[in-house]
Amino acid sequence: MFSPGGSPRTNCQLLYQHIQELTSNDLRKRKTAAERSMIRLGITFNVYGEQEGTERIIPFDILPRIIQGEHWSWISKGLKQRIIALNMFIDDIYHDQKILKDGVIPEHVVRSASSFRPQCVGLNPPHGIWCHITGTDLVRDGDGEFYVLEDNLRCPSGVSYVLQNRQLMKQTFPGLFEAQFVRPVDDYCSQLLDALNYLAPEHIEKPQVAVLSPGIYNSAYFEHSFLAQQMGVELVEGRDLVVRDRRVYARTTKGLRSVDVLYRRIDDDFIDPQAFRKDSMLGVPGIMDAYRAGNVALANAPGTGIADDKVIYAYVPDMIKYYLSEDAILPNVPTFVCWDDKQRDHVIKNIAEMVVKPANESGGYGMLIGPRASKEEHAKFVDLIKANPRNYIAQPTLSLSRAPVIIDDHLEGRHVDLRPFIIYGRDIYVLPGGLTRVALRKGSLVVNSSQGGGSKDTWVV
Amino acid sequence: MLSRVADSIYWTSRYIERAEAVARFIAVNLNISMDLSTAGNQQWRPLVTTTGDNEMFSETYGEATKRNVIEFLTFDRKNPNSILTCLINARENARSIRERISAEMWEHINRFYLMVKDVGDAEGILDDLHDFYDAVRNSGQQFVGVTDATMTHGEGWHFCQLGRFLERADKMSRILDVKYYILLPSPQHVGSPFDDLQWAALLRSASAYEMYRQRFGRITPHNVVDFLMLDKEFPRAVLHCLTRANESLHAITGSDIEGFTNLPEQRLGQLRAEFAFTSATDIIGRGLHEFIDDFQTRLNSVGESIGTTFFSLQPV
Repeated sequence: MFSPGGSPRTNCQLLYQHIQELTSNDLRKRKTAAERSMIRLGITFNVYGEQEGTERIIPFDILPRIIQGEHWSWISKGLKQRIIALNMFIDDIYHDQKILKDGVIPEHVVRSASSFRPQCVGLNPPHGIWCHITGTDLVRDGDGEFYVLEDNLRCPSGVSYVLQNRQLMKQTFPGLFEAQFVRPVDDYCSQLLDALNYLAPEHIEKPQVAVLSPGIYNSAYFEHSFLAQQMGVELVEGRDLVVRDRRVYARTTKGLRSVDVLYRRIDDDFIDPQAFRKDSMLGVPGIMDAYRAGNVALANAPGTGIADDKVIYAYVPDMIKYYLSEDAILPNVPTFVCWDDKQRDHVIKNIAEMVVKPANESGGYGMLIGPRASKEEHAKFVDLIKANPRNYIAQPTLSLSRAPVIIDDHLEGRHVDLRPFIIYGRDIYVLPGGLTRVALRKGSLVVNSSQGGGSKDTWVV
Repeated sequence: MLSRVADSIYWTSRYIERAEAVARFIAVNLNISMDLSTAGNQQWRPLVTTTGDNEMFSETYGEATKRNVIEFLTFDRKNPNSILTCLINARENARSIRERISAEMWEHINRFYLMVKDVGDAEGILDDLHDFYDAVRNSGQQFVGVTDATMTHGEGWHFCQLGRFLERADKMSRILDVKYYILLPSPQHVGSPFDDLQWAALLRSASAYEMYRQRFGRITPHNVVDFLMLDKEFPRAVLHCLTRANESLHAITGSDIEGFTNLPEQRLGQLRAEFAFTSATDIIGRGLHEFIDDFQTRLNSVGESIGTTFFSLQPV
């Protein structure tokens, strides 16, 4: 929001003025009002491992983060390019594996990825689209550039907060919306519904679309229910569905009714105990069979997790070059893959400056932030890396950009990231803005809501 | 409609109605004990008896003092029928079908739950009991209004109605039963001014006082039984509740109201017909308590058959 000299950036002036005119008491009042309305509306997420009172609101900071329109066009172009290449990669991996044969990505990296699904080999999802909904994590470094930190191609969460945050902001600062041209986010659910309808077999005139949720105890349940409601489709759980003759049906008060498209928010592992994890109680036995037969469409397609592997991530710029003959518009964060002896040596030598991440975790679990960790933790991670080099990558610790946040009655800077959402249907739609996550603890770099992060509205102007 | 969703709508509605009914139970006793301050603690035990959780209460609380009974019936999370538990359950059910009910319904339930929870967490509620139970009753009634005004009157709404009216029929009969228990130790009071006060308190807690006066004028036990059990038009009377529940049941299946196509329709139709063709004299002649006991058993079997017919998640 502020330039290095401390004056507000040009696009933030109106907001800056507005805040200047508010007393600190005003600010606090508006913040409290916004939070109270979140509790009243039940905009919550669940924290695992607790009983009643497990629902919490994601702390919401009422100062928006502003991104200049031209800057956004460039980001949005970069995201589209990336999604196209990633989708081509997934399709290739489950078919001819040309990119491996041509030596662009080492074959063993894909073979050893725990998210590679042999069950998906040879599958042809409708229109060749695998990753329908993506929530790419971007960070801004000290140099002001945006970098891609992670591609989340499985079941990325957070878009419901973007939509709800915007509603709250309109209540909190109505005047600003009239004066400042903030790009709307409200058509996300229409775009999503269009993309889902697009997946249904063509002969079906009015496809039955549903959101498949693990249920009320899932941390993102609010979002599942919110999206179903906004799209006007059914929210189903695994126990509501049954497969007969390779077709999927919902159990209703009037018997079985067929289902054509599922926006599933259950991971591959749990979606079908016959195909994947046998102990899953959340999934639908036989649904993969129905999917293979083309009788039901799944978004995202099973198997997309292969491109979420953090070792594969390191090769995305190469993919873009390989499939599209273009240079990546959005750069990766420099990444060292530990299976490579040279790179591993470098990581171990510099572990105190590195962020080390396991290849297949999300939610900020199981990682090391070198500069913040003790000598013992460094040593522990060196051992972990040596024991299973394929499972680790390392990145230099970025000086994540900060944004002003209301703390008590004044403003303080906190580290932020940005998760835009991309829908791949007939066309590719990029939600203008996205979820800005804030590390609320002073100095912290971890923005995940499961680790005490908060959020902000993001304005593309 | 998904079976699971129908199940949750039905139970959301039942639990809200139950929470309201428990508040009415307690309110009737508060009213009576204010009028008869000498009556002491002995009046609180029947409340626990009629809600059916005597054993659990004795284990945890022992003596049936006013404070103990109020705590047990209002805020005890271990009591499956306490007001707070009902609201937790209503909210959990509603939360699982948020996309199927209106935003106003969800908000109302959420606020209702938070209101009761906050009072339960605070100290010293015994001072404003009347206001509190008034607020619970109002919130229950507001839920009905919000539902009626914001939810499409389709299948889901009919499941809502079905749950509400079955629950209300059950609880109305129990309120009468409380009275029976209170009177039991002193049959000589029947017909005294003392008794009159109790019947009036009972009518008030059923929100039936004014409507009763319009219909019958003087308060007599016979007429109160007639009104609360057999009135066709009073919305809390058992017969009225059974009639409305029956209408919704037939609206769900689309079958002719005169016949039946499944077990719940058969059971509820029979029960309703019996109420329609009995009289207060018959009921009192059989013994009010015995009559109510039998009624509740049969109402439970209606509920069970609704579960197996519409909600059962077993493979079809």
